[in-house]
Amino acid sequence: MPSIAKPIATHPSLQRNELGMTIRDYEGAMSTLCAGCGHDSITAALVRVFWELATPPHMIAKLSGIGCSSKTPTYFVSGAHGFNSAHGRMPPIATGANAANRELIYIGISGDGDSLSIGLGHMCHAIRRNVRMVYVIENNGVYGLTKGQFSASADVGTKSKKGERNRMSPIDPVMLGLSIGATFIARSFSGDKEQLVPILKAAVAHRGFALIDVISPCVTFNDHEGSTKSYLYTRQHEFKALEADFVPPAGEVLANIGQNGAVNVTMHDGSVIRFKGVPPNYDPTDRVKVTAYLEEHQGKGEVVTGLLYVDENVPDLHEMNKSADVPLTRLPYEKLCPGSAALDKLQEDFR
Amino acid sequence: MRDGVNDFAIKLANVNGTGSASANGLLMQAIFRMGIPVSGKNLFPSNIQGLPTWYEIRVNKDGYTARSLDYDLMVAMNSQTYARDIGEVRKGGYLLYDSTWPLDAALVRDDVNFLGVPLAHLCNENFRDPRERILMKNIAYAGSLCAVLNVDMNIVGELLEQKYSSKKALRESNDRSLRLGYDYARDHFACPLPFHLETMNANSDKILIDGNTAIALGCVYAGATVAAWYPITPSTSAMDAFKMFCEKYRKDPETGKNNYIILQAEDELAAIGMVIGAGWNGARAFTSTAGPGISLMNELLGLAYYAEIPAVIIDVQRVGPSTGMPTRTQQGDVLECAYASHGDTKHILLFPCSPAECFEFAPKAFDLAERFQTPVFILTDLDIGMNDWVVPRLKWDDGYQPDRGRVLSAEEIEKITKFQRYTNEDENQVTPRTLPGVNSKGAFFTRGSGHNKYGGYTEMPDEYREVMDRLGRKFKASAKFVPAPVIQRRGGASFGVITLGGCDLAVREALDRLAEQGVLADFMRVRGFPFGESVQFFLDTHNFCFVVEQNRDAQLRSLLTLETSVPKEKLRSILVYGGFPLSAKHVTDGILKALGDAAKPLVTVPVPELQIEE
Repeated sequence: MPSIAKPIATHPSLQRNELGMTIRDYEGAMSTLCAGCGHDSITAALVRVFWELATPPHMIAKLSGIGCSSKTPTYFVSGAHGFNSAHGRMPPIATGANAANRELIYIGISGDGDSLSIGLGHMCHAIRRNVRMVYVIENNGVYGLTKGQFSASADVGTKSKKGERNRMSPIDPVMLGLSIGATFIARSFSGDKEQLVPILKAAVAHRGFALIDVISPCVTFNDHEGSTKSYLYTRQHEFKALEADFVPPAGEVLANIGQNGAVNVTMHDGSVIRFKGVPPNYDPTDRVKVTAYLEEHQGKGEVVTGLLYVDENVPDLHEMNKSADVPLTRLPYEKLCPGSAALDKLQEDFR
Repeated sequence: MRDGVNDFAIKLANVNGTGSASANGLLMQAIFRMGIPVSGKNLFPSNIQGLPTWYEIRVNKDGYTARSLDYDLMVAMNSQTYARDIGEVRKGGYLLYDSTWPLDAALVRDDVNFLGVPLAHLCNENFRDPRERILMKNIAYAGSLCAVLNVDMNIVGELLEQKYSSKKALRESNDRSLRLGYDYARDHFACPLPFHLETMNANSDKILIDGNTAIALGCVYAGATVAAWYPITPSTSAMDAFKMFCEKYRKDPETGKNNYIILQAEDELAAIGMVIGAGWNGARAFTSTAGPGISLMNELLGLAYYAEIPAVIIDVQRVGPSTGMPTRTQQGDVLECAYASHGDTKHILLFPCSPAECFEFAPKAFDLAERFQTPVFILTDLDIGMNDWVVPRLKWDDGYQPDRGRVLSAEEIEKITKFQRYTNEDENQVTPRTLPGVNSKGAFFTRGSGHNKYGGYTEMPDEYREVMDRLGRKFKASAKFVPAPVIQRRGGASFGVITLGGCDLAVREALDRLAEQGVLADFMRVRGFPFGESVQFFLDTHNFCFVVEQNRDAQLRSLLTLETSVPKEKLRSILVYGGFPLSAKHVTDGILKALGDAAKPLVTVPVPELQIEE
């Protein structure tokens, strides 16, 4: 992915986080995506999230597959290692990375081609393993780099730039995630940073696989009339299910808990997701109710957004495997090698 | 005909899923404990129950234990294959069969001695449970074999005691059926037969182990912490063994937590992806697979090669192409692994010849992978991986320290003005890498897309080539670090014989046989790729060489032709690729046939007319 270094000119009055870093310190290279691309808004949200959380950049690992979406890790947190891997293969690479070092914050950026076609199986299995990572699908319904083919998330009847209509039913990552046991599911819109930032923060705090489907219009190939993933269509059909606030562990939990339809979900690290204005019969921790609610609204042609489902009680990859609390990469060799005496003893069984 | 004491081969024809494997294994292990050189080859079908399966045991006091094609005794327990099985017994040999029912007269041979034991009858009289009657028939024929072959019954008793120490009833049934078969044979036949066993002391410093177990143990000793795999014959037992050893040695005594993680992936694409992710993060990670898995891994192997990420891939080769014959052995993945992935890629390969080398090469593979920041393949095969071999006791040097290669510490990174991933190469063309989570000054973007030496994206010809050329030089530099070939020269040899991996024993036996006939050849077993100077020297110092390998397309020969300066016409192939392990006979026959008239002046002993067969 081509990238252009950004000039570093920081205004002295810029606010600093608790690490003494400004928001500019969490930026990456200049984006080479098309002007107005939804992905750049997601990048901006990520920059804000990590700055506000004051995450040390070297503790972040950014991974992606191939495609427009997968270019974006270059554009945020240049102080973090990045891995632009192969088309659809980011989930297993992230899984292996996480297995080796459980201490890093893994952020995977993928697209609808990457996650819902070539890498669909990999994403599903990373969900099943509950690999602790933030997994963002920058979903625009179209293949951009190869110039406008439908992706697997294209809705039935949506029209391509060339005028062709899609006849095949879409794969909805949210419904898919619900059906295979995803432990954190959100949908958002790249044009809505106010909604996206708290969702991303909650995803970072989540102990497990956090699936975030972000409708991210492609201004070049999928923003025309007749498209169901355009800015206009998404704004007209977005239905904000519930607003979520993220309260970090040290933060003050709001006083009116349990009132006015609010629901609080305490995360593993002690932080709290505070859902506001939760509609009756909606419980973000109840898979059956969430599924019914989404089906009802999607049946009406509404794009339901918000943090839709959370389950903090499922063990993650390491808990399931009872692996060491410290990163495996940090175990000294002496702890790993049984030594010659053990080998001699063992070989008595091979007689 | 051989004189017989501690020098014979037997073949047991069974139906799979009937419990014959444990009886056959018991016999082989008993012979091992009698201190006699022995091998056991399980020729089994890709099936759970009901298809033909064979087990071959070769005993040889001089240590020639490659597969024999010359069977002194056949144990014919499978009516489906009876006609074929009886045809394989040598003239004057023996056939042991279940005489509960009469033999079909059409299948009787005049030149073979028939030993009828009413196995079904004996078991039906002595056991009530139908399943037990079937299982115990196997132990009963093992008992008969103990009598006719002079197997030490005390040793068999010890083995049963160890095996069934916690299952008294089973122990009793086994003892009883063993005794039934033994007593019947002793009472009805002249025991022992002319060929039989006598206790030796050749195995006091040996163990009995299969290659998959040994390689898994090697991975534990190498310090591997992340393993990812997808189940596939014949490599599955390698990961099973890794799990077993990790449960034994890697449970932290203080925390009770596992100092390892094993990921059963959704497919081999994911398995290698996980290994690469873990290697990128600094763990020693590996996968075990077979040819079909390598085919799927091709894409990401190119990524690891180009982005320079360590990975260890164990390929327990089986018969291809496609699904092929999953339970048969072959060396058909040599070229696939050497050049795996699209574009210009070349990989380091190691070719162990036995379970002992599987153990030895595992840590070597991790050292090479980290030293050269690249995927390293260990190519074993089904014969090495799944059969029990008698090998010298494994040794471990407690002074071993893993070679982690050039990885910068937080302090080293701090001193650098700006980290540039693919610059500052050492004499082996390796550039230092940084790991995530260490120091943000070391952060860079790992990518499979075109990159320049700074690690940045590029589409510029010069920048692209600069990196690719260094990768080419790096690969060449690794030749000095892969295991050197094993070379055995004979004075007066007029040609060379080159082989690899599990062909070792059969080829060395063949060269001894040929030498007895006055046909002298030098021997070279390559153990690693890229080929080093000693391989080139061997090729240069022979007028011509035979290349013995187990695939149709002469893959090692092709690789030698491509990667050394040897003229193609100097290399002649001997190819045995039907799926059963190599025998010395394949090699002697192949060489003599190819030498034709040229060999005759050298031959001082008449050579029998033989066909290459399997």
